[in-house]
Amino acid sequence: MGDDAVRSPYQEYQHWFSNEDPTRLMKKSKEAEAFFRRTGITFNVYGQAAAQERLIPFDLIPRIISNREWTRLSKGIEQRVRAVNAFLHDIYHRQEILRAGIVPIELISQNEAFLPQMMGMTPPGKVYTHIVGTDIVRTGENDFFVLEDNARTPSGVSYMLENRETMLQMFPELFSKIKVQPVSDYPKNLRRSLAACAPGGCNGRPTVAVLTPGIHNSAYFEHSFLADQMGVELVEGHDLRVVDGHIAMRTTQGYQVIDVLYRRVDDDYLDPLNFNPDSMLGVPGIMDVYRAGNITIANAPGTGIADDKAIYSYMPDIVQFYTGETAILKNVQTWRCSEPDALQYVLEHLADLVVKEVHGSGGYGMLVGPAASKKELASFAAKLRARPGNYIAQPTLSLSTVPIFTKKELAPRHVDLRPFALMSPNGINITSGGLTRVALKAGSLVVNSSQGGGTKDTWVLED
Amino acid sequence: MLGKTAGGLYWMCRFLERSENTARLVEAGFRIALTRSNDSASEWKSVVTTAGVQAGYSAKYATFEAVKVVDYLLRDKDNPSSVISVTEKARTNARMVRTALTTEVWEAVNENWMQLKDVLKRPIQETELPAILGHIRRNSALVRGALYGTMLRNDIYDFANIGTMIERADNTARIIDVKYYTLLPSASFVGSPLDNVQWETILRSVSAHRSFRWLNSDDTTSSAIAEFLILDRRFPRSLWFCSKALAENLEYICSDYGARVKSSDMIDAQRNKMREQDIASIFDTGLHQYISDFIRDNNAIGLQIEQDFLFYG
Repeated sequence: MGDDAVRSPYQEYQHWFSNEDPTRLMKKSKEAEAFFRRTGITFNVYGQAAAQERLIPFDLIPRIISNREWTRLSKGIEQRVRAVNAFLHDIYHRQEILRAGIVPIELISQNEAFLPQMMGMTPPGKVYTHIVGTDIVRTGENDFFVLEDNARTPSGVSYMLENRETMLQMFPELFSKIKVQPVSDYPKNLRRSLAACAPGGCNGRPTVAVLTPGIHNSAYFEHSFLADQMGVELVEGHDLRVVDGHIAMRTTQGYQVIDVLYRRVDDDYLDPLNFNPDSMLGVPGIMDVYRAGNITIANAPGTGIADDKAIYSYMPDIVQFYTGETAILKNVQTWRCSEPDALQYVLEHLADLVVKEVHGSGGYGMLVGPAASKKELASFAAKLRARPGNYIAQPTLSLSTVPIFTKKELAPRHVDLRPFALMSPNGINITSGGLTRVALKAGSLVVNSSQGGGTKDTWVLED
Repeated sequence: MLGKTAGGLYWMCRFLERSENTARLVEAGFRIALTRSNDSASEWKSVVTTAGVQAGYSAKYATFEAVKVVDYLLRDKDNPSSVISVTEKARTNARMVRTALTTEVWEAVNENWMQLKDVLKRPIQETELPAILGHIRRNSALVRGALYGTMLRNDIYDFANIGTMIERADNTARIIDVKYYTLLPSASFVGSPLDNVQWETILRSVSAHRSFRWLNSDDTTSSAIAEFLILDRRFPRSLWFCSKALAENLEYICSDYGARVKSSDMIDAQRNKMREQDIASIFDTGLHQYISDFIRDNNAIGLQIEQDFLFYG
């Protein structure tokens, strides 16, 4: 924030905090960790066999957002989600936006995330993005920027829920003093929202299931958590098969039809008959069942074309094109390295920029210029020149910080925020809160849990 | 319920039961070794045989010594039936079927694994062994308590119980199988009480040395012990008891599902067979044969249950 004043949403909390004994808080912090281990709230890190399951560090100081700030933010997210969904429908049908020359056609036709199998196919309820987790950063009081739209299978919502649960257990007295909007309805809303997207031919109460790649997946905890909270089965590919033109799961009493599949398996692995033939995680033939309109897949296959980092730079135009409105949330200035001028600029200013892979996620394969050594910069420049189309670059924003609790004192750290939006034919529902990820190293801008980031509870205040 | 889930519950409970049984075998072996050091090698050998891991053990070690056997049975990851291996497998299965478990059960299984991983990290000193075995037993009781106290009595609970009972019956039968020669009435033994140490080992291996005394006072004949282990209706580790519990749990599932399965017929046949014989006739027709048949049938029932309820794709 630049000065030492406490921002107004934090005032009441600050009052409480200043009367707390730091030793007690330290103890609470340890308790929280033991609680996470015992309940198995862990994530698996790829390529770290020895560590296997790790905890995401939890910081006990909440990130607090006022109701006014939130109202604006959620309006912006809703607008963006609606635009993304309309964009997907258009891309897989008439492609008006390409004809209008707003998005270049090569960006779609040569994009791995574009699925030709989805052309002309309308998902049940016309919903593509059932769940969206928009990554947002802030640089000033009212300056919210969208970093990524995450329209594939955004993860982290279980941490939003468990972080709150932990805070409620640790500091019940805080919640009676400060009125915080609840997040606990998310699983119920998710189930309702998914059920509302069931195929037209589904009679009675739709059967919903969560598809996981299995217990070794990094987000397995979340998959089982969500299935459990929704009260639906957690299935793996080998539990499913095509029976009479439907997808059915193998139960102890034979095969039972599934109407809505919330899949946490990537497009590529979804159907070995239609996509990657080596996939053991998917269901052979599910795309044919999908095209016949006999199952809802959430999110729809092919949504990756909308959260692609190269498409990202066109988002303000996309929002304008489909909603007729100016985008409420800003985009971060983005250089598309596929364009020669942009590439030139990026190479000249590499030390000041963040460069990301177009299809990357999780902070892998990314260069943070200001934090990189000369050697790293040089080797990255070589990669850039070799495959410019694979990269985009953005300025390092002067991200806002929030306090975290360290051994000595409160210290400022950079954060981002991922609220979760649910979409069904009944509308868009955004849970008041989200996942706040925090870079635990002083000065660091990387918040990804796979790269040593932590999380915080996120409070949206009642008025 | 998913077939996979039923399978996960079944195996979770089999592995938990196995962990407890192995700990108990080690405890009995340790006690014998303490009280009777001259013949401890053969005692440890029969512990390894009973645990069903002789092939793996012999591939690794040439002799049967306390330190090696204890290490192999409790903390060796090369041994798929060691306490640490099965505890981890039980936990992996629990993780897989987590949506079917109450928080209490999941936490008990998860904590069991976290604690034993820590306790069994280093080679075990003889002085620590009793405490470690106590730890294993206590954790096992915690998991069982959580299952008993918090789970709905539905097919989830039934599949868990079925796993426990199949494993337990197998374990008791194998104890008898390995020790049957000491139970056989030989010319010199007829009518005379069994060697104190022998019967104590057997009974301690099933945690029943005191129960047996309560029920049978001084009658420590081979026939009384065999009858207790095979046909007693009160003892929760007897073959009769396991078989009955298995039949009941299977029956609950079948009436729940409104369908009869092949494994029900098999368990009925086994129970009829058990009803037809008393301990005298079992000895007449051959104890070894009787036990071998039981182990085979018990295994076959387990395999049939896996098929009847589509555990695997």
